[in-house]
Amino acid sequence: MQNFIDAYSWINIRFLLQGLWVTIEISVASIVISFIVGTLLGIVRYEQIKYVSAIVGFIIDIIRNLPLLLIIFFTYFGLPNIGIKPEIIPAAIMAMSIFESAMVAEIVRSGINSIDKGQTEGALANGLTRWQALRIIVLPQAIKNMTPALVSQFISLVKDTSLATIIVLPELMYHAQIIYGQNTNYIIPMFVALAVLYFIVCYSLSLLADYLHRHLA
Amino acid sequence: MKKLWHILGLGALLAMTLLTLSACGKSVAKQDVLAQDEQSKQITWGVKSDTRLFGLENIRTGRLEGFEIDLAKAMTKKILGPNGKCVFVPVTSGTRVPLLKNGNIDAIMATMTITPERQKQVDFTHSYFDAGQSLLVKKDSPIKNINDLNHPGKVVLGVSGSNSVKNVAKYAPKARVLQLSDYAQAMTALKSKQGNALTTDNGILYGMAAENPGYEVVGGNFTKEPYGIAVNKNQDRFRNKLNWALKKVEEDGTYNRLLLKWFGNVKGFNYQEMKR
Amino acid sequence: MVNLIATQWHPLLTGLLNTILCSIIALVGSMIIGTLFALLEISENRVLRVIGRIYVEVFRNIPLLVITMAFFLIIPMYIAKINGFTAGTIGLTLYTSAFIAETVRAGINSIEGGQLEGALSTGMTYHQAMRYIILPQAFRVVIPPLGNQFINLVKNSSVLAFVAGFDLMYQGNLIANDTLQTIPTYFIVGIMYLIITLPLSYYMRHLEKKLA
Repeated sequence: MQNFIDAYSWINIRFLLQGLWVTIEISVASIVISFIVGTLLGIVRYEQIKYVSAIVGFIIDIIRNLPLLLIIFFTYFGLPNIGIKPEIIPAAIMAMSIFESAMVAEIVRSGINSIDKGQTEGALANGLTRWQALRIIVLPQAIKNMTPALVSQFISLVKDTSLATIIVLPELMYHAQIIYGQNTNYIIPMFVALAVLYFIVCYSLSLLADYLHRHLA
Repeated sequence: MKKLWHILGLGALLAMTLLTLSACGKSVAKQDVLAQDEQSKQITWGVKSDTRLFGLENIRTGRLEGFEIDLAKAMTKKILGPNGKCVFVPVTSGTRVPLLKNGNIDAIMATMTITPERQKQVDFTHSYFDAGQSLLVKKDSPIKNINDLNHPGKVVLGVSGSNSVKNVAKYAPKARVLQLSDYAQAMTALKSKQGNALTTDNGILYGMAAENPGYEVVGGNFTKEPYGIAVNKNQDRFRNKLNWALKKVEEDGTYNRLLLKWFGNVKGFNYQEMKR
Repeated sequence: MVNLIATQWHPLLTGLLNTILCSIIALVGSMIIGTLFALLEISENRVLRVIGRIYVEVFRNIPLLVITMAFFLIIPMYIAKINGFTAGTIGLTLYTSAFIAETVRAGINSIEGGQLEGALSTGMTYHQAMRYIILPQAFRVVIPPLGNQFINLVKNSSVLAFVAGFDLMYQGNLIANDTLQTIPTYFIVGIMYLIITLPLSYYMRHLEKKLA
């Protein structure tokens, strides 16, 4: 019990919260980027543009089917070879965004696929352009359909930021490790704190999504 | 069938692109790191953030502290003058060399032993600290030295990418080695009884023993581990300058002052032997 | 790169086998546990429902790395000595089971409610109706999402690298650190993961189309 009281000193809690802040920063940035990029890629893939869709689709499949850890390594250690030399936080955002964009693209593709083809045809018959039909008729319905999948993907994103401890990203998990690494009596209190903090963030994210889903629908 | 060829073709294309990308990227080696640093008035060091006495993040202040941190600061001042700035990038044994080669950092001062294999990839300065590999065990442990570990079923914990795990294969080939990502994990794993002993260099182990009263360093040093500052190949000007700065801080007493500051009170550490 | 494969094929292959082994054990384990909790979640008993819900929400909202590290570091201190592979596989099983519970629950819910009533009216018990009528149909619906869970499982098994689980990623890290040929090593490791996941992924898409 004493371990818990000592472990949750203000200094340690503040250090954990600093880590949590980095986790949240990286998550929010990656969610926004991967939502935009992923949706665009999903549309490109769905639209069957000659060669382009096939190449994009193949790259998406490669990225989707690799462990995120490898994407992190390739981003942080590989990108400098082509002249991009990100610092640790931008590197983490890039790695998360690359991986999550591919995941989102797949969700968007199957979301659009789930919408009845007849609707697009009807819209085209009514004089809408293909892009208009997609934007006005198909996408809004598709996004509604795929909200649950998107939300759980974004929750995964928040959780997966913890993997970036391996490149010494100063996020929540890493800060907890620094604390219990300096005093191993704090292992259990730190894991309890990690579980609680991650749970709060992820669960609020799903509550927020529920709220938006109900009020926008 | 046609689709299959499509996929294979695309795969080959992608593989080739990646190969070219990984093959090029020698550009970092061409730039003169010293000239750049003198212009920007800062040196970027790759340092440890989880290793007591050498480089450890202070939870209270968020700053890095340790012998290597102080030494890097002192050497930076010698090279760039009193206005010279240090930028510290925390690295692990696994990330430090890729980051150096990519140019994210200018130099590594992160408990890195000078070894012939590493000298094929990077250049080292003279040694700035002469460590030796030893063992950390629980106080009542039957393990007294490295030979006690040379039995099937014995598990030795180490940090992946460190030289010490390679030495275990040489000195206790029958033991099983578990490699963790950093010293915080390795110490925690020792405490969780995932291994019979933790092995790495004595300086680091003394730091751990100081923090964890139930554990002690045993068996003396069974290897010599001279730490060097690593820089990229073809950066001889920078390396010479670092050697010069190291010599300067040794001559003016800064080195001994820092050694005393960090290791003066460490039990088992012989200051007289290590001072320069 | 050829040189790397020539000298390092043995640890790489061991790693690949461990990754596959761990994924299969975790798949079977998480299918059993996941189905169990899916049944709890839809049961008539409120207490059981709440228990099912809590289990699923807890494991869905905590990072796999945290769960795995907790098993690796904490369980051996108090309960039993388990190695990294075991700790990792247990963590992976529990984590995945929460997702499988959700998938199976959605599958059961997608079966028309009338079927359960019909089965009950012919004199079957709730247990029998679930076992013979609802679950077989639900499993057919959930095969594609379960396939995707398995792909995730293979990818997620890389978390064993953090607990010295001797999986493919762990071996990759060691080789990269040892040879200092970082990108080529991870390139080979990536190809090895793709050998498992990519065909599965294409097969699942094919199946999805066929069932749709």
